[in-house]
Amino acid sequence: MTIPLNAYLIVAGLLFAIGFYGVLLRRNTLVIYMCLELMLNATTLALVAFSRFNGTADGNTFVFFIITVAAAEVAVGLAIIVQLFRQRQTVQVENLNALKN
Amino acid sequence: MSAFLFYLFATLTLGSALLVVLNRNAVSSAMSLFLAFIGMAGLFVLLEAYFLALQVMVYAGAVVVIFVFIVMLLDVDKLPRQRIDKLSKGAATIAFALMVTGVLWLFHKDQFTGPALPAEATGAVLKTYGRQLFTTYLLPMQVTGFLLLIAMIGVIVISKRTPAATAASGK
Repeated sequence: MTIPLNAYLIVAGLLFAIGFYGVLLRRNTLVIYMCLELMLNATTLALVAFSRFNGTADGNTFVFFIITVAAAEVAVGLAIIVQLFRQRQTVQVENLNALKN
Repeated sequence: MSAFLFYLFATLTLGSALLVVLNRNAVSSAMSLFLAFIGMAGLFVLLEAYFLALQVMVYAGAVVVIFVFIVMLLDVDKLPRQRIDKLSKGAATIAFALMVTGVLWLFHKDQFTGPALPAEATGAVLKTYGRQLFTTYLLPMQVTGFLLLIAMIGVIVISKRTPAATAASGK
């Protein structure tokens, strides 16, 4: 029995929704960052599924690039968070309101 | 058999992803993130993208180690915890519910069936990646390598301890 494309797309969509929920709900910058990773991975799952069912390898190659860029993005983002913590002594988004008012 | 494995990995991925969101402890969130990545790798294997499954696992290890290291470095769990106000919690839950409804409504019919599943997976052969990366995607490949270099230099520059930061932290 083969699994239909729709099943993979539902999983990818739900994963994206969960990541989105985390970004909205959580107040810790680190956890928000983890949820961003979840959303990014949901898109890669959809790409791989489409690529498999389309019979081309281009989607897979694209995912290869996405994962590389995501790794670079995590490194830079966490460096920024560390620097933010050094300056402000907090990683909660409520306290990072320098641009408010 | 493959249906069972699909449900197993899909449940693992989605359940762990929910735990990432709902866990109060940042370290537990990071560990759940690792489990979610393992589930993703399993789904990639079911899609016969073996190379990408391996890459996702390497990526998962690297990313989760960095996250746990930063949590340790910042001592996040020692910081005073603030309550999330009811309004934003409710708004986030409503947005989540709307999004889930949308996804399920969009895919409840089999409108993305298209042609039948190709017998052989093009992503299964490692040779395909090599050929594509060095012919069709040669320029993106070079740009990605350059991006990694820039990211490395950027991280070194950002995380250097500046005099202003030292004064602000009072040390």
